[in-house]
Amino acid sequence: MSRRQMHLAAHFPGVNNTTVWADPESKSQIEFSSFEHLARTAERGLFDFFFLAEGLRLREHKGRIHDLDVVGRPESITVLSALAAVTERLGLAATVNATFNEPFELARRFATLDHLSGGRAAWNVVTSSDAFTGENFRRGGYLDRADRYTRAAEFLDTARELWDSWTPDGIPRPFAHRGRHFDIAGEFTLPRPPQGHPVVIQAGDSDEGREFAASAADVVFSRRSSLEDGRAFYADVKRRLAKYGRAPGDLKIMPGVGVVLGDTAAEAQERAAEIRRQQTSPQTALLTLEQIWGVDLSSYDPDGPLPDIDPVVDPALTQGRTRRGDTVAIAEKWRALSREKGLSIRQTVIEAGGRQFFIGTPEAVATELEQFVRYEAADGFILVPHLTPGGLDEFVDRVVPLLQERGAFRTEYRGSTLRSHLGLPEPVRN
Amino acid sequence: MLHLSVAVDQPSAYDAASYVALARLAERGGLDFVTLDDSFARPGPDALAVLSRVAPATTRIGLVPTVTTTHTEPFHVQAAVATLDWVSRGRAGWRLDVSTTEGEARLFGRRHAAVADALWQEAGEVADVAAKLWDSWEDDAEIRDVPTGRFIDRDKLHHVDFRGTSFSVKGPSIVPRPPQGHPVRVVDATDGQARRTAARYADVALVRAVSAGQAAAVREELRSQAAESGRDPDALRVLASLLVDLCAGEHAAEPGHGGGGPRPSPQGPLYRGGPVDLAELIATWHGQGIVDGFHLTPAEPLRDLERLVNGTVALLQHRGLFRTFYPGSTLREHLGLSRPANQYAVTKGTS
Ligand SMILES: Cc1cc2nc3c(=O)[nH]c(=O)nc-3n(C[C@@H](O)[C@H](O)[C@H](O)COP(=O)(O)O)c2cc1C
Repeated sequence: MSRRQMHLAAHFPGVNNTTVWADPESKSQIEFSSFEHLARTAERGLFDFFFLAEGLRLREHKGRIHDLDVVGRPESITVLSALAAVTERLGLAATVNATFNEPFELARRFATLDHLSGGRAAWNVVTSSDAFTGENFRRGGYLDRADRYTRAAEFLDTARELWDSWTPDGIPRPFAHRGRHFDIAGEFTLPRPPQGHPVVIQAGDSDEGREFAASAADVVFSRRSSLEDGRAFYADVKRRLAKYGRAPGDLKIMPGVGVVLGDTAAEAQERAAEIRRQQTSPQTALLTLEQIWGVDLSSYDPDGPLPDIDPVVDPALTQGRTRRGDTVAIAEKWRALSREKGLSIRQTVIEAGGRQFFIGTPEAVATELEQFVRYEAADGFILVPHLTPGGLDEFVDRVVPLLQERGAFRTEYRGSTLRSHLGLPEPVRN
Repeated sequence: MLHLSVAVDQPSAYDAASYVALARLAERGGLDFVTLDDSFARPGPDALAVLSRVAPATTRIGLVPTVTTTHTEPFHVQAAVATLDWVSRGRAGWRLDVSTTEGEARLFGRRHAAVADALWQEAGEVADVAAKLWDSWEDDAEIRDVPTGRFIDRDKLHHVDFRGTSFSVKGPSIVPRPPQGHPVRVVDATDGQARRTAARYADVALVRAVSAGQAAAVREELRSQAAESGRDPDALRVLASLLVDLCAGEHAAEPGHGGGGPRPSPQGPLYRGGPVDLAELIATWHGQGIVDGFHLTPAEPLRDLERLVNGTVALLQHRGLFRTFYPGSTLREHLGLSRPANQYAVTKGTS
């Protein structure tokens, strides 16, 4: 029986509390050598692509720049262009916002990356933005939440028109696009990219986000943690494809996951607990709580009980971070959790906010990953290591060979483009 | 000190290999930097991305892409240039340019074309805000202080709160201060307002001049304008920009041209002759203090760059007029420019 092989990608552990920056093994978050090490390791592991996130304004909390997590990162397309020089097959994926860019310029930058890398570029189209981020841009913060995906969709359509605009024998053809968000005309400056169109990734969870993914994306970077959640999400997004004349295989669903290995199950659990503790310092625990409660809680003891007051809504308390849902309900849930298990503030934050981890021996983790794919909860995974730059080493050395032995992962790159790794069809020319 | 740089522009080259080959050749000649021109209005890849691709394939040479300030976002541009500095470990430059045509404006559909003077004024504001954003992180802002759980000292990060005539930026940058502090800013200072912007903000000014007299006059003007805007004129390098066609063997082959200087051409001042004559011209202009160096654009990229490196540069090295190895590793060091102080850092005595 031929097995569906999984796809693997890696995330550079950047700005958030995934990275355990206090670990002595943790090196620079900005020097090129860190990016190079992670990318080369991903390529050694025959990964599909290497993924960079984006944030266009430094986060602020209580009116001050957030200082507890990694802060600062390089500009993605520039780093990936340099990584194209030190890798040969690895896909290179940049998260770039569709609200604070213009289609001509961005289509050109991605087409350049695709040419320079011989067909390895990918664009994670994000729409997260608000007036706070807009303060760094000419455009400002004018765009309503509801308009962001319509702009993103038209943005992507326009980019595709630009990528397709040269004739097959390399002659520029005049181009014009007139729509609700863009009215532009001229000539594109590059021949069609080697992949036709760079691979498109989507990472939003709303109904609009899923619809956009189904209509236009090649990969979804999701955040589903359990097998059950994953299956529901997978079924929902795949079901939407038919409406757009697309087959289930045309869109790959890849949740972001953390992996912790150990020689025994107990050792892995112990390491995972320690990592979670490191990711959630006492200060981070209080800050997480303040983001939900909407008030200053600095007088609370992180090792003490949760506040019994109810949250207030203060949108200005935390800026530049995705909003949480119904905070009153979350607070209620957390208090219940804390009561039931007798947890302190910090323990509750760790327990409730714990990132998804595949935890266990390499064999057990390989089996679990396989199951996610077999039971249609994922087509593959985007690994989010907690250390820079060594965070992928162990997975590549210990888990990848097992997956390969079991026929669940490739043993060599067959093609040279990212589309070929992902088994995606060459996009049809407009 | 003589400064030499070359353009690695090539028509219809979209892959990395040919740019890498030219940059490596220039690096073998010990040149200060290579430039790659760019515009949204003619075929060609994004110059900054190309030179970023070149960075890991070279070790010392400076990398100076053109990036327009007209239709781009200042915040994105400064972040990309700072990142080029990070990936090249201190070898980034940025040649500022403006986009004056309605054709370019139509590619964005956001604003109409404007006159060059106004756009160069805006370019000055972009240069200004870029420097502020590069300084918006102090060099030692990252502290990784485990006891207090702080990755950075936020008192060493600064909002720039910039309000220009056509844009504003809050800041700070998302990119920590780059290795050179400020990547090297290059401006073609041949024309009116561009010259004023260069005098105020550029580290390197390029001058398209057909005669020694003309070049010397522009350099003097740049230096005095720099002084007027409160800068040390010695912190500005003025390079003569020439198109060079070295097809003519060892010596000038054109009758009547022998040993002569550049001639006007539709593409700008053109030097046609042999590599030895070119060395003579460079040595003379530099020796007489007319310019600090040259920026040369080979007419036939590979052929002329080979002749330039193996002929002209070798001869200048032989005569002790040009370096035979890079004594430093950053572009600022090649140019003899110091690393700028951070405008937000509070002076803390001598420590
Ligand atoms: C796994 C994951 C990763 C994301 N990474 C980024 C990112 O790096 N930068 C960003 O601006 N938004 C990021 N987002 C958020 C955006 O993709 C998305 O546009 C935002 O959530 C708003 O869309 P939505 O309402 O559909 O969720 C991410 C989202 C998910 C689920």
